[in-house]
Amino acid sequence: MIELSFTARNVLLGATLLGVVGGVMGCFAFLRRQSLLGDALAHAALPGVCLGYLLTGAKTPLPLFLGALGAGLLGALTIVAIVRYSRLKEDTAIGMVLSVYFGVGIVLLTYIQKLPYGNQSGLDKFLFGQAATLMPRDLEVMSLLGLFVLATVALFYKELKLLAFDPDFGAASGLPMKRLELLLTVLLVTVVVVGLQTVGVILIVATLVTPAAAARQWTERLGVMILLSAALGGGAGALGALLSARIAKLPTGPVIVLVSSAVLVVSLLMAPRRGLLWAKLADRRMVRRIRRENLLRDLYVLGERAGGWATPTPWSALMGMRGHSGGQIDSVARSLRRDGLLERTGGGARLTGSGFDVARRIVRKHRLWELYLTRQLDLAADHVHRDADAMEHTLSDEAVAALEAKLGHPRVDPHGRPIPPLHGSTPSPPAAVAEAGAGAAS
Amino acid sequence: MSPAVAVLVVGSCVAASCALIGCFLVLRQMALLGDAISHAVLPGIALAFLLSGSRDPFSMVLGAGLLGVVTVFLVELGTRTRRLQEDASIGVVFPALFSIGVILIARYAGQVDLDLECVLYGEIAYAPYDLFYWGERALGPRALWINGVILVLVGAFVTLFYKELKLTTFDAGLAAALGFAPVLVHYLLMGMLSITVVGAFESVGAILVVAMLVVPPATAYLLTERLGLMLGLSVAFGLAAAWLGYAVAGWLDASIAGAMAMVSGLLFAVVFVAAPRHGLLAKLLRQRRLGRGMAEQLLLLHVAGEDAGDGVPVPAGDAPADHLELVARRFAWPRRRLEAIARRLRQRGWLEQSADGRLVLTADGASALDRSGQATLRHPLAE
Repeated sequence: MIELSFTARNVLLGATLLGVVGGVMGCFAFLRRQSLLGDALAHAALPGVCLGYLLTGAKTPLPLFLGALGAGLLGALTIVAIVRYSRLKEDTAIGMVLSVYFGVGIVLLTYIQKLPYGNQSGLDKFLFGQAATLMPRDLEVMSLLGLFVLATVALFYKELKLLAFDPDFGAASGLPMKRLELLLTVLLVTVVVVGLQTVGVILIVATLVTPAAAARQWTERLGVMILLSAALGGGAGALGALLSARIAKLPTGPVIVLVSSAVLVVSLLMAPRRGLLWAKLADRRMVRRIRRENLLRDLYVLGERAGGWATPTPWSALMGMRGHSGGQIDSVARSLRRDGLLERTGGGARLTGSGFDVARRIVRKHRLWELYLTRQLDLAADHVHRDADAMEHTLSDEAVAALEAKLGHPRVDPHGRPIPPLHGSTPSPPAAVAEAGAGAAS
Repeated sequence: MSPAVAVLVVGSCVAASCALIGCFLVLRQMALLGDAISHAVLPGIALAFLLSGSRDPFSMVLGAGLLGVVTVFLVELGTRTRRLQEDASIGVVFPALFSIGVILIARYAGQVDLDLECVLYGEIAYAPYDLFYWGERALGPRALWINGVILVLVGAFVTLFYKELKLTTFDAGLAAALGFAPVLVHYLLMGMLSITVVGAFESVGAILVVAMLVVPPATAYLLTERLGLMLGLSVAFGLAAAWLGYAVAGWLDASIAGAMAMVSGLLFAVVFVAAPRHGLLAKLLRQRRLGRGMAEQLLLLHVAGEDAGDGVPVPAGDAPADHLELVARRFAWPRRRLEAIARRLRQRGWLEQSADGRLVLTADGASALDRSGQATLRHPLAE
């Protein structure tokens, strides 16, 4: 167990609390595509905080909270009004509210600082947050607010879920969607207030969006996403607080943001199914498979043209088929040889028995699909090759069987070339021919 | 140059470049990308300071410009791979980059003459005292040189690429088809945006940059339908915000940058309410006029129907006191509203009240109704 000072313990608690609450609320903002609304609300809260201070003259949590809540809500309403009553779009409205409210906040802040009692206020710490100034009393208020947010989300879970995914259906079912939206805004502003002292106005958006975006990569279910996001947010908060307590001159807020950003990057890359790394790997595997199948089919077709598969096909002929370089074909051929599908002889390559079987199956798919397109869809015979080129790699065996039955077990493709049967010895595999030839010669 | 003049000139340069670039952000719905870039260039500036060891404008612009492009690239990476919506992509990228910048500055604060709070809400008031030296000679305020050069660059960019910007903004598809390379224009615009932001960053702070980028163009957008005029109006609003903001700041003894943002918001509020075509008042008036015209037409139609002997069932309830009462109940209008409408129609000579208080259509009223009926039929919505 790490020994923690009084301050560090407060910071740790505050950061974890903010991470959990922000993670939960961030999910709704993320799903409603309002990630930046949180940013705007946080900036818009600043003048409210200053006014709360100006009116009461003390840095007590309640007036500051009420001020932030009022200003945040006013900011949200301003955005709604601008979008509704002018031809400006939401992004512009958010940008305007964010910057103008913040500007007003800065004016008030500098005004307060020049008041006789203003210097001790420490209000400017709300910009970047100053976690080290967290006091047990602040933590109590933050915990109460956090509990309020979590309890409200639990209570209205079903309604908020509907709001996130299908507000029109909710409205049609007679739910007061406008009031729910207002509730969501109030909850978001509450999170902003919770985070004011820990990470500050500017970085709060990251405690909302980043854990939610990371959690989204791992699941398709809202309940799981919320729990995961809360865990990620809380974990990032705790880790960030510990790091900044251990290392000098490492401000808490930015460290928390960077920790959760790192979690997001890992999630984007590695999450099962949605992970970009897996998608990239699957792409590469697919490309590799297509290249292998293409080479096998080329060998088959060239052998067919040459009248048999016994003699090796020269490299130059293979290069001529698709305009690939010798090196490209070489690397594909090597992998096929490892699997025993192909053998290299002299200046060329030859299908083995099992390679021939695989190649034959691919050619079958290709030619059956060409026939299907010309017969059933009335496409011209010279237009179907490209399409069949793509389909030969994706058609399943069941689909091929169904296709064949539908076409009445045809024997020739639209270009007059034979459609090889799935099994059977005609034409005989090249290895067998070669062995027979060798046997006869000896 | 007196300090006040220097502050005003620097503020005007920033306001004008931001107002020009901002128009395209607002029209392309990329206002929040401007917000993101204005935060995300911080690590670029910090790195430039650390690497060059001085506040050399050239490396600063280079560093920030680079980070601007990185921001756009990362945001687009998130959306292109379809793992994040655009808003979320922006919302995760810029806080991360901004955090890196804050940490860099916090850790090397001793070596860097860069104050976090200045960066954020700017201290344009110090701009006159930070001089630009050429060798030994002081050549006036540094911020003036930087922002002046940037204004010239932005002005040249908008002038030279006016046609390209206009076409790619309003019809990217057509622009691509005509060979105007919308992607190239997009990245050029983002590059210019980064440069503008950098220059403004030091003198007015990140958030005011957003205000200057978004608010004056949005204000101008409510006043005109023409791009050229919008650019001009936007610059005018930007300058007005800068000058009035300076005055307000002096009066309140508060942050100049904050006051400029505040005034730009006030100017917007005025235009939002009072703009001739797109303003709130104009819109409400138009709605009211439309509603009144409808009501008048309805009443004329109703009276005409009664005159023609259409059977009008008396609504349930107590017997109506007079004809007006009857009609008011039928339309579920307050009696006062009906009286007002009837009065206007009488003044126009389309209705008159007979001796027993009944409303009767005049010949003028009948032909007016006929005209409006035909107009309604010819209206595109009627088809």
